[in-house]
Amino acid sequence: MALTSQILELIRISSTDLPADVENAIQEATKREEVGSSAATVLQTIEENIKLARKETTAMCQDTGSLVFYIDYPECGNERIYRESILDAVREATNLKYLRPNTVEPLSGKNSGDNIGRNAPYLHFHQWDKDYVRIRFMQKGGGCENCGAQYRLPDSTLNAGRDIKGVRKAIIDAVFQAQGQGCAPAILGISIGGDRAVSYTYAKEQLFRKIGERNPDKEIAEFEVELCKELNTMGIGPMGFGGKTTILDVLVGIQPRHPASFFVSISYMCWACRRRTLTIKGNEVEYD
Amino acid sequence: MIKLKTPISEADIRKLKVGDQVLLSGIIVTARDAAHKLMYEDRPTFIDEYLKDGAIYHCGPVVSQDSSSGEWSFISSGPTTSAREEPYQAKVIEDYKVRAVIGKGGMGDKTCKGLMHTGAVYLHAVGGAGALTAERVKKVLTVFKLEEFGSPEAFWVIEVEDFPCVVTMDSHGGSLHKEIADKSYEKMKLLIG
Repeated sequence: MALTSQILELIRISSTDLPADVENAIQEATKREEVGSSAATVLQTIEENIKLARKETTAMCQDTGSLVFYIDYPECGNERIYRESILDAVREATNLKYLRPNTVEPLSGKNSGDNIGRNAPYLHFHQWDKDYVRIRFMQKGGGCENCGAQYRLPDSTLNAGRDIKGVRKAIIDAVFQAQGQGCAPAILGISIGGDRAVSYTYAKEQLFRKIGERNPDKEIAEFEVELCKELNTMGIGPMGFGGKTTILDVLVGIQPRHPASFFVSISYMCWACRRRTLTIKGNEVEYD
Repeated sequence: MIKLKTPISEADIRKLKVGDQVLLSGIIVTARDAAHKLMYEDRPTFIDEYLKDGAIYHCGPVVSQDSSSGEWSFISSGPTTSAREEPYQAKVIEDYKVRAVIGKGGMGDKTCKGLMHTGAVYLHAVGGAGALTAERVKKVLTVFKLEEFGSPEAFWVIEVEDFPCVVTMDSHGGSLHKEIADKSYEKMKLLIG
């Protein structure tokens, strides 16, 4: 029971209380836009909405997303207990309106009503050497998920080769294609390498990193910072109304690839970047 | 700031231009993917009285029902991405004589022509601002297709007060979305050569 209520609290915080790093980045963006511009007005509305959702404990966005859980648990752990607790917490969170019922049979369109179904929520289990449990939770909105993209390099339309320059072109194209449809300003999770499935998964996992948390590789870290600046010269702006901030950060992950394949995947995350971490170490419970 | 109240006349709609800020009041109807497919393919009549000279809102709200009175309320209700309704929108606007479509992200050429033809506008609300927009929903009047479509996809007939939006596509062929797409295309060409 304790675990179920801890996970329920994780969902509540995630859905109603935007992480501080994202909120700060939005506030910084507001300062950059010209006073009275559409971009500034949109960002101020977003700031107001964030505060209201936190104060009233209501879902900040009505699209409470697809639910993704990453569970790291110690050797003595039991997957079944986590699974059951998560499903119970998700049902309860849906009852309490922290979550909208978002799980729909693809062909009939029938909504399960409780956010439960095959691979819903999506659970990644990982047993690790540490003596504590970490549950990372993400709510991925549908509109921004639709803006995700995968490129196979070389790409002749973009004249993008199999190198970092080619990767850059692919990402710029994806941001152009997205325009304002994924609720910019956005955060980009990028994966370079992997097969098609692993590439997309790893791109999304990057979104657990905080804004400004750079890749440990110096060259990749510089690439992240430079590309973010370049993308913001495109003038798409908040909600696609034009303006100086289209992207809040670019978070790149690298993994090996098959010699024949070179995939670049982009996971596009809306400004409502809802991701939270629960850590349970003995009696100590922490939410971040 | 321009105040509009449904039902809206074609003359009032024709006065609006891209960039105008609007506060919308009156009765509006939520409709998204399943609803648009249905209106396009079957043209049902149960929603006519609410849509004539009215507004469609692309939104799948978080709703709550009072257990004793049975009354519904909106908890969180920002706009959803409008582009998915592009194949259907122009025909729906014409068939039902809709004067305003509210959503986010804008729509394409087909809808742009539909707005000009029928005399309607596209109003942009702030995406993700679900908690804030729910405050402007004063009353849920009725709901259609709740069982069949589920709560996000149902037709919710609601009364709103001073619902804030911006005209980003007008009835004269103007589109902020096209303008931004063209400009950002030029910037992209500069970046990737």
